[in-house]
Amino acid sequence: MNIDSIKNGYVIDHIQAGKGMEIYELLHLNELDCQVAIITNAKSQKTGKKDIIKIDKDIPIDLETLGFIDHNITVNIVKDDRIIDKRKLNLPEKIVNVAKCKNPRCITSIEKDLDQIFILTDKENEVYRCKYCEMSLKRK
Amino acid sequence: MKHLIDIKDLSVEEINNLIEVAKDIISDEKKYSHKCDGKKLATLFFEPSTRTRLSFESAMLSLGGEVLGFSEASSSSVSKGETVSDTIRVVGCYSDIIAMRHPKEGAPLVAAEKSTVPIINAGDGGHNHPTQTLTDLLTIKSEKGRLENLTIGLCGDLKFGRTVHSLITAMSRYKNIKFVLIAPEELKLPEYVKKDVLEKNNIEYCETKDIEEYIGNLDILYMTRVQKERFFNEADYIRLKDYYILNKEKLKNAKEDLCIMHPLPRVNEIATDVDDDPRACYFKQANYGKYIRMALILKMLEVK
Repeated sequence: MNIDSIKNGYVIDHIQAGKGMEIYELLHLNELDCQVAIITNAKSQKTGKKDIIKIDKDIPIDLETLGFIDHNITVNIVKDDRIIDKRKLNLPEKIVNVAKCKNPRCITSIEKDLDQIFILTDKENEVYRCKYCEMSLKRK
Repeated sequence: MKHLIDIKDLSVEEINNLIEVAKDIISDEKKYSHKCDGKKLATLFFEPSTRTRLSFESAMLSLGGEVLGFSEASSSSVSKGETVSDTIRVVGCYSDIIAMRHPKEGAPLVAAEKSTVPIINAGDGGHNHPTQTLTDLLTIKSEKGRLENLTIGLCGDLKFGRTVHSLITAMSRYKNIKFVLIAPEELKLPEYVKKDVLEKNNIEYCETKDIEEYIGNLDILYMTRVQKERFFNEADYIRLKDYYILNKEKLKNAKEDLCIMHPLPRVNEIATDVDDDPRACYFKQANYGKYIRMALILKMLEVK
């Protein structure tokens, strides 16, 4: 299988197998006009299988959202055909408009134009809670 | 400017100070009768709660202030589709402080983010009700003389009961507190409260379905109502609503100085034959509610 190498852009590597499409959608990569490749079930020495996304354009990448989805992901920054930086991700302290509160009693279910904000309340167990009703976010 | 959205917004020192002011008001109410002359409290009750609203209004009137507001959403612009944010921005133009009850959890926090005047959360769904917790703390301090070294039984709806969650959070900050959690399987205290509050603070607790099992150990018995509005399924409510009924017979092994509390309104969970028992504190508790709210209004308006 041939996928063109990228000149300037990103290689998002070590994505948990099966999560590539989720990231593609959350980062709105469908809105780009450049080449974007999603490789699913690529071989991985560490985990057996992984997904990879290649983006052939230097665009702003939301590292916080990526870190929330999977902080084991590595973001390789490519410039002039060379990897110039590798970014490790962290669990963000706060995520905004990435997930929706599922609590039907939460004010976010009715208040217009209110951001959906979740706060990291337990780093060890990776628990996020709605800023408003404090219901925990069920992660996929 | 400070808001009160969650009991955790107040430090132990601030809570102790509020209790001291409330006790001083009780000892000489007249001294405080003009402290809030010319100030206005808006009570915005997007869902009805006669008791809490009247308690706030009585508190402000006793301080010489005035009150305005609405007692249900249908008599406000909410019925026209107005957001909480807009309502608060408008009401802030007409009042110095706002007490707000809303059926949606987190609504007072949304209000606080937009408000130009202090917001007091007067209850948001099954979430927080900090002034009830302050009322409970003043009751315990006044009736038991201390907030440390207490065994507290919590009985009834420990799952949806916000007063219970807030009371556990508040009391966990005092020394040598033990909890006895009395609830049917379906209404047990949620795991996250056990883990995040009780276990995190090394608080001793035990769980039982039998109200009489540990009644002799208790310094405080906090009864709660099973709230119909918290159930999506009416059959579950009907099955559980009368699970516990405290009566004189069940109190036979209780301590002489037990303090029986209830946030009220009660339905069937405390038989009326307990009302005349000197250990019944729930009507006194309602009275303490006014005094702690007076102390809170003074604090939030920064009135000396």
